[in-house]
Amino acid sequence: MDPVPGDSAGVSHEGAPAGGHGTDLGPLLQRAARGDTAAFATLYDATAARVHGLVLRVVRDPAQAEEVTQEVFLEVWRQASRYDAARGSALAWLMTISHRKAVDRVRSAEAATRRDVTYEQTHRSVEHDTTVEAAHASLEARRVRTALGQLTDVQREAIELAYFGGYSHTEVATLLDLPVGTAKTRIRDGLIRLRDTIGVGR
Amino acid sequence: MSDHDQTHGWDVHALSGAYAVDALDDLERVRFEAHLAQCAECRDEVDSLREAAAVLGTGDLVEPPAAVRDQVLAGIARIRPLPPQPTGGTVAALRRRTPLLLAVAAAVVLLLGVGVAWLQPWDGDDAPPQLTAAERILAAADASTVEKSFPDGSTATIVISRSEGRALIRTTDMASAPDGKAYELWLQTPAGVMVPAGLMPDDPDTTYVLDGDASEATGVGITVEPDGGSPQPTSDPIALFPLDS
Repeated sequence: MDPVPGDSAGVSHEGAPAGGHGTDLGPLLQRAARGDTAAFATLYDATAARVHGLVLRVVRDPAQAEEVTQEVFLEVWRQASRYDAARGSALAWLMTISHRKAVDRVRSAEAATRRDVTYEQTHRSVEHDTTVEAAHASLEARRVRTALGQLTDVQREAIELAYFGGYSHTEVATLLDLPVGTAKTRIRDGLIRLRDTIGVGR
Repeated sequence: MSDHDQTHGWDVHALSGAYAVDALDDLERVRFEAHLAQCAECRDEVDSLREAAAVLGTGDLVEPPAAVRDQVLAGIARIRPLPPQPTGGTVAALRRRTPLLLAVAAAVVLLLGVGVAWLQPWDGDDAPPQLTAAERILAAADASTVEKSFPDGSTATIVISRSEGRALIRTTDMASAPDGKAYELWLQTPAGVMVPAGLMPDDPDTTYVLDGDASEATGVGITVEPDGGSPQPTSDPIALFPLDS
């Protein structure tokens, strides 16, 4: 089902993200829920690069990112029976867990060091997080790039700061000099447009 | 739960996007999840926005070191996968249909189970056994329950006995508090003061008897506090269980 060979992101005919390398992740999760470690290993191999890519991008520190990626897969194993195909693709479920763990890590690290968000860091993160630069050269990446191009600058920046920067919507508002309360609207509007352009979900 | 929508004066639906990309703070997240439990439209929207975000997130492919794979595969040997949700339907659908019935059924099962354990010792000729505080609450004739379920499938149930003057909380599948934080329990006095009632054990499935006199409590609250707890709440409750007097 994967129209793109090699290690590019899988896209099903409906546009919903499928498993890596054309692997159907849903049945693997189902078998993992029953304690099938071989199925889980296959799931790991099909998705580890994607999970780790996202985690590393959010967490940035390679050693910490490795810890988080490990936590993600242990959680996926524990929660496998809770995946509900009626609610979305297995990959989205996996990436949701990955993102949440990565954000939890950067927020708790931040709370520990009480680090201030400086302009320099903000500026750097925006540059680093420019998806267009970092995205893998693949059909999927081109689709994402095209979709991101449909967003307003503020929508794109707000989504990137939230998703890749791990910032809360109130922090995003401050970083982008938006009135408090409007960043969440930009994020939502942007995601809706992204969803409709890429053609995933309902 | 739904009262959050009004009490905070913002359009709770507008949080769906920020929720989908984990851009809410802890309190907003718990509140939004309470709203999600009741709003099918928001659940669908969040699911679809997460699909979009996932596509965004799959752009970078970075193979983790082989050691990560080894550690994961070694780690899962020590972890029991959670059982499926109790019905074939989605949790959300389940909640829409039978939230109260479920809570009542769970409470009845609880009470029956404990009741049997409580009665049996009297059949023998030993002195009445020392019941734990939890058993006394559960077995009390005036025990009553208040349950809340959360969108991640976890549930928390308060059981209170006025005659015993004690309350307990039972949780299933409860997620751990964020790093460096703990869930602190509070008993609300008739004057509206929140009195510390202990820290919840960091265990997804737990039964914990609240500290303090619950005979006149008007509610039980849970807040997220720094590890070790606080003498008074430093944030709004993530869950509030009103108690009938």
